[in-house]
This record gives sequence, C-alpha cells and structure tokens, in this order.
Amino acid sequence: MTVTGTQSATPGTDAPPPHGLVRQHRSLPRLAPAGLFGLGAVAGILISLLTGFNPVLAVVYTVVLGTLAVYVVARSVEGTRKAFDRFVTCIVTSAFALAMVPLVSLVWTVLSRGLKRLDGEFFNSSMLGIVGEGGGAYHAILGTLIITGLTAVISVPIGLLTAIYLVEYGTGRLKKAITFLVDVMTGIPSIVAGLFAFALFAIFFGPGIRLGIMGAVALSVLMIPVVVRSSEEVLKLVPNELREAAYALGVPKWRTIIKVVIPTAIAGLATAVTLAVARVIGETAPLLITVGIINGTNVDPFDGRMATLPVFAYYQLTQPGFPPEYAIDRAWTAALVLIALVMALNIAARLISRFFAPKTGR
Amino acid sequence: MTITSAPPETPRPKRRVGDRVFAGSTTGAGILILLVLAGVAGFLMAEAWPAVTAPADQIPGGDGLTGYIAPLIFGTLLAAVIALIVATPLAVAIALYITYYAPRRLAMAMGYVIDLLAAIPSVVYGFWGIATLAPALVPFYVWAEEHLGFIPLFAGPASATGRTMLTAGVMLAVMILPIISAISREVFSQAPALHREAALALGATRWEMIKMAVLPYGKSGVIGGAMLGLGRALGETLAIAIVLSASGGITFNLISSSNPSTIAANIALQFPESTGLDVNTLIASGLALFVITLAVNMVARWIVNRRADFSGAN
Repeated sequence: MTVTGTQSATPGTDAPPPHGLVRQHRSLPRLAPAGLFGLGAVAGILISLLTGFNPVLAVVYTVVLGTLAVYVVARSVEGTRKAFDRFVTCIVTSAFALAMVPLVSLVWTVLSRGLKRLDGEFFNSSMLGIVGEGGGAYHAILGTLIITGLTAVISVPIGLLTAIYLVEYGTGRLKKAITFLVDVMTGIPSIVAGLFAFALFAIFFGPGIRLGIMGAVALSVLMIPVVVRSSEEVLKLVPNELREAAYALGVPKWRTIIKVVIPTAIAGLATAVTLAVARVIGETAPLLITVGIINGTNVDPFDGRMATLPVFAYYQLTQPGFPPEYAIDRAWTAALVLIALVMALNIAARLISRFFAPKTGR
Repeated sequence: MTITSAPPETPRPKRRVGDRVFAGSTTGAGILILLVLAGVAGFLMAEAWPAVTAPADQIPGGDGLTGYIAPLIFGTLLAAVIALIVATPLAVAIALYITYYAPRRLAMAMGYVIDLLAAIPSVVYGFWGIATLAPALVPFYVWAEEHLGFIPLFAGPASATGRTMLTAGVMLAVMILPIISAISREVFSQAPALHREAALALGATRWEMIKMAVLPYGKSGVIGGAMLGLGRALGETLAIAIVLSASGGITFNLISSSNPSTIAANIALQFPESTGLDVNTLIASGLALFVITLAVNMVARWIVNRRADFSGAN
C-alpha cells in the first residue's frame, strides 16, 4: 500500500519538468551545414568582388566565412563539442577541395595541350631528320620501355628479397644497418643516382660515356629502396598468428614465407612494385645525365645514347628550335603519353591486386 | 648393452636446402644494398676530389668550391621548406577527408586518383608549373608586393613571369602532396577499428574520435610520409630547372625573378654541356646534396623511431 502511495506521490514531488534536467540533444538538419557554408561562401565571393577580384583572396574569404557561419550556428544550436566537430569537418573538406584544384588543373592542362599531336605519326616516327612540323616519339617510347624494363629486372628481385630478409630473417646489427641504409637510399635524390652511375661508368669507360644500361643502373638505385620500403611495410602487416600457425603445423620457414606470408601480402606487394616502376618510368634527371638524347632509334642499351620519353619531352620544351610551336606541341604530347603510361601501370596493379588479394575481415 | 652404449640421438633441427638457399639469397640481397650505397658515396667522392683540391680561381664563379655551393644549398633548402610547410597540413587533411569524412564509394575513387597523382613524373609537373601555375600566381605576387611588401619575404619587385622561388615551392608542394597523403591515408585507415568504435560508443564526436584514436596511431606514419616528401623536394630536379628563373645569390625574397638556384636543378642545367673540372665541381655539389639528404633522413628516422612503439605493424 505504501508503494502505491509513494507512486502516486511522485508526480507531486517531481515538480520541475524533466526537460529541465535532461540534456537536450538538438541537432542541425542534415543539409544545414552545407547550406550555411554555402551562404558564407557567397558572402566571401561578394566581398572579394567588391574589393577587386583576386582568386587567392576569394578562396581565403570563402573558406573563412563559410566555416565561421557553420561554427557559430552549430555552437548556438548544438553546443561546443558538436560545433568544433563541424568546424574541423569544414576545415578538412576545404583543405581537401583546395588541394584537388592544382591536381585537377595539372591533368586538364596536360590533356588540353597534349591531345593536339596525339596522332599516329607521333607513335610511328622518330625525330630523325625532322625540323619543324611532324616527327614523333617512337624512338623515345621504345627507349623508355627498354630502360625501365631493365631497371625492373635488376631492382625487383633485389628489393623483394631484401624486404623478406628484413622482415623474416634479419636479426641484430646487419638488419639495423640495412634498414638504416635503405632509408638513406630512399632519400637519394634522383640526380645523385644519375651522378653515381655516371661516375661508375666514367671510371671504366672514360668521361663522355652515355649508355642505356647506365640509365638502368641509376634508376635501380632509386627503385630498389622504394621496393624494399613498401614491401617491407606490407610484409610486416601480415599477422604473426598466420606464421605461427604454419610453423605449428610443421611447415618449413621458406615454405611458410612463399605459401602464407607472400600470398597474404601479394596485393600490397603488387602495388609496391608497380608504384616503384611508375615512379622511375618518369625519372628525367638521371637519364639526362647518363643516357642523353638522340634523334634516331637505338634499341641496344649497351651501345651509345638512347632517347627516352621524359628527356625527349624536356628537350622539346626547353630547346624547341625554330619555329618553336611544333616542338612544344610534341613536348606536351610526350608528357601526356608519359602520364598515360603511368596511369596504365597503376590501373594494372589495381586489377592484379584485386584478383589476388585474400579475403579479409574488416 | 649395445642399446644403452649407443650415443644418445640428439634431435638436431633439420636444415632444409630450401631454407638455406632462401636465407642465403635474401641476406645476399641485403648486403648488396650496403655495397651499392658504399659505391654511391665512394664513386662520388672519387669524382668530386679533383674539385675539392683545385685552386679556388679555377672553380666556376671564381669563389672556390664553398662559394659555388653555398647559394645552391640555400636555394635547395628554401624551396624544400616552403614545399613542406604548404604540403603537410593539406596532405593530412586530404588523408583524413578520404578515410573518415568522404562518402565511402567516393573515398575509394579519391584514393585511386591520389595514388595515380603520386606517380606523375616530375618533368610533367615542371610543364604545368611554367604553363599554368606561374602565370596564375602573378596577380597574387603583385598584390603581395603592394600589401605585404614590408615583410622581407614579399619585398619584390614582383616577377612578371611568375617564375619565382615561391612558385617553385608551391609546385614542389603539389608534387609531394600525393606522396605524404597516400602514406598518411594508409596509416589512418589502419587505426584499430575497435579503438575508433569504442571512442564513438562513448559519445565522442567524429573529431574527438580522430584526435583520440587515429592521430596518435598515425603520427609516425605522417612523419614518415613527410620525410619521403622532403626527400623528394630536396632532390627535385627538372621541375625546378624548368620553372625557377635562377640568377644565383642568397635572398629570402620569394617573389622576385632573381632567385638562388637549387643544387639538383643546377646540375641538370649545367651537366650536359660541362667538361673537365666543371664536371667534378658539379659532382661535388651533388655530394653536398647527398650529405644534406642523408642528414635530413637521419633526423627524420630518429623522430620516427622514437614513436615506433605506437606505430602499426607490430
């Protein structure tokens, strides 16, 4: 009886209404932040128009005012923490958008300028005997493929084996030394790698030597550490439980590596190798020093100068001769082809890794 | 009797041929790397030595080797530092946006795009820098000279072509942006899902979740990425050779058309036409660049190692 009595008494004792004690969870409607940011942005553009238009300042005004609008409104409606969250969202998104501008602009510039000479002649003819109009990059594309192929043949086995050594076998001093030196090698500027290859061959063959293989050696110095570093990271991500399970089943170490560790990491390894190839395929500086440029086709990397696509593009742009416009058009098309090569490599890597990647949880 | 007198069979671990071959070849590959690096240093020193011992008046410029290299070192560091200051915050923002803000499907596509951009060759960036970026920045330089001219960085006179140190720095920033953000994105996305979900379950907002669960985990990755970016910025050659209008000398004025060159760009511009002692001088400057990147890498490595316990992968 007392129970019912107290129950009936409670409404009377709880005189202040519950919403006074319970915290309100009000939040902005879903599209409100975007709308507020848009308002601030419009205000920013107006201000910049009134004070004389300047793209850099317009962007600054837009971002500052848009963010401010969102923050103030969110703070008054949702409270400090939520408002700060929205503030960070605005900053991150704006920074992202800002960073995409140059990247989009780059692709657009190269596309719009490079398409002009993207014709059959560009791929079918070399620069032998070409003055002014016409000509192409057949010799340069061939040279780039040969030198990059040689580089990959040198670097990928060395790089992958070193990564496996570091993750699976390495102990003590030697491991520390190699890890450290690979880091050092990662930082070797491409031009220094070129100088190294030049110095190496100049000592044996005299100064003035230019060979395709010199370029491959220089590029290998750049590519090996990239392969090692990224494959090492990928191999380290393979959970130790998998290795231990294999050992517990009596599998020898080398078979564990080949059958368990590498298949688990294959997607990452493919990405690592392809990104490394893509990085060196466009290297210009070392090739400028070691391989030089010629107008004709040379497919023998052990005999004399070769043409390569990046060096070809560089010389066409900076030393166009007269009249300059034809060479400059060729330079942009070469740049476009270079980008296309890189993209094709990347997409190939994606496809490979998609088909070979093991299914994982989250 | 015979059974007890037989020597006790100690179960020796069986050394399989496969194991030995595999261990041997991987170790060999590791040692080869040591040899290559020793070779780089050794051959460069051998080729640079004539320039070090040559009398000062035979070095190009006539001020001796130090006088030749010092402005180049200054230019190299200046461009790289500008690039790093501009690029790192943007790169972290890109990485955070892609991993935790963008809609999932869009984020996948963005990730691909950024990876593709990381591989665009430097010479192409140089093309873009001189054709698009430099002209686009000229109005800003004029404005900066007018309104910010009291700061020595913007003292001017503003370059009419836009081929300035600041343009070179911004271009380098664009170049290293994909590298830093790709690595940051990788580590951010590997932040333990349980930590993130725990933070959200306790009522953290998205930013608080990132601050507590993602950033501490990803910090060493970001530094590692910035290190790679700095390495690329320091050694960047042709993009700068194309874009920067270099006239030598040391100046902090970022928007005029007389700028210090960088070591790498200088080598690329001079090397094909050089012979004799000039080649040795250029190789000596290359050696200086090598030493600088070595020092930068060692410092960065030390920073990363300090936080190694926090990083993933173990």
